[in-house]
Amino acid sequence: MSRTTICDDAAEAVAGIDDGATVLVGGFGMAGMPTRLIDALIEQGATDLTIVSNNAGNGDTGLAALLAAGRVRKVICSYPRQSDSYVFDGLYRADKIALEVVPQGNLAERMRAAGAGIGAFFCPTGVGTPLADGKEARTIDGRDYVLEYPIRGDVALIGAHIGDRAGNLVYRKTARNFGPVMATAARLTIAEVSRVVDVGDIDPETVVTPGIYVDRILEVKP
Amino acid sequence: MTATTGHRTVEHLDRGPLDRNELAAVIARDIPAGSYVNLGIGQPTLVADHLAPEAGVVLHTENGMLGMGGAASGDDVDPDLINAGKVPVTEPPGASYFHHADSFAMMRGGHLDVCVLGAFQVSRDGDLANWHTGAPDAIPAVGGAMDLAIGAKSVFVMMNLFAKDGTAKIVPTCTYPLTGLRCVRRVYTEHAVFDIDSDAVRVRDTFGISVADLRARMAIELS
Repeated sequence: MSRTTICDDAAEAVAGIDDGATVLVGGFGMAGMPTRLIDALIEQGATDLTIVSNNAGNGDTGLAALLAAGRVRKVICSYPRQSDSYVFDGLYRADKIALEVVPQGNLAERMRAAGAGIGAFFCPTGVGTPLADGKEARTIDGRDYVLEYPIRGDVALIGAHIGDRAGNLVYRKTARNFGPVMATAARLTIAEVSRVVDVGDIDPETVVTPGIYVDRILEVKP
Repeated sequence: MTATTGHRTVEHLDRGPLDRNELAAVIARDIPAGSYVNLGIGQPTLVADHLAPEAGVVLHTENGMLGMGGAASGDDVDPDLINAGKVPVTEPPGASYFHHADSFAMMRGGHLDVCVLGAFQVSRDGDLANWHTGAPDAIPAVGGAMDLAIGAKSVFVMMNLFAKDGTAKIVPTCTYPLTGLRCVRRVYTEHAVFDIDSDAVRVRDTFGISVADLRARMAIELS
């Protein structure tokens, strides 16, 4: 029997997310964004959250709605400012939300490190820039690096294309983005998929996220 | 157009400055056939329109695709298939998808040949500033700019040469917060193309302006 739970509804999928949790949220723009899970998290009520995601919400829905509901203490992301990020912009300018800006590749690699048991890593990105201020530096073979620490999630909310009952996931096109990395980096990984299939219906050669990383799956038909 | 050999400067004085599409075409011509290339958001995406299909240049988009096609329209629009600017694109034969950590490993690991980025300022040493004005009320947002700056084998900058106040954006020292140190190889502007070499800034071509006039308007030495 698989340890992955196929959830009956969105409330079951997000049950048990605590106040103060660090939540990794997949997606790049709307591609791969687990919108139903985010809506369910708003209904569930957890607050004082730290959100790790590439962006800080668009328009009034999804992450922006979670921010607007006052549930988020801090955002860790690479690119908060967008043409329609007015919810985040307003909170930030009113000093009602904290922001840690992380280069996009460091965001991904710091989560990869968390999922892979790496204590920290020396990275050349950002050397000599304000984002390296205060970080431990080292020169290795003539190149300068700064030390970057893992980003671990209590929970990951990700979007995928198809999941099977063993938790194996495949993605679709550029909607893959942060999903496979975030799935490895959280204690509780919850995937929103457009279809759940039986074990054996996904060719093992095409599985991108093995079921070991996936705790709960919610089917949301497109 | 006259070919440039070595570091001899070619002055194109029989014409005005390049428009954006002409500038994109000049950059496209300088990208070697078969290169793996990342085009930054904004003006640099225009370069794609001028790459000859037979050159076999493969476009990388940092949100997780190699062999990216052009902008999608009509029935080809798929919300799961977008570029780094979140614009719907197409999937030509030979394309591949990968997750974000792989995409940036590809970049940071030195596997991309060229990236083309916009800039606020480039210093004479090749320092790049393109992510933050440093204004107190500005919301900082870096995206993949720092990863690209240190990752690609050759970093090309595409920008207007002069700021709104008339000062040149190639400067002795950047005053805006830096994106990367000593990372820019070449700067393409509407008035001239510059090589940022370790010992000097060299003018490759000028368009509608002489090197003498360019010198008079810039605060750095030009070779």
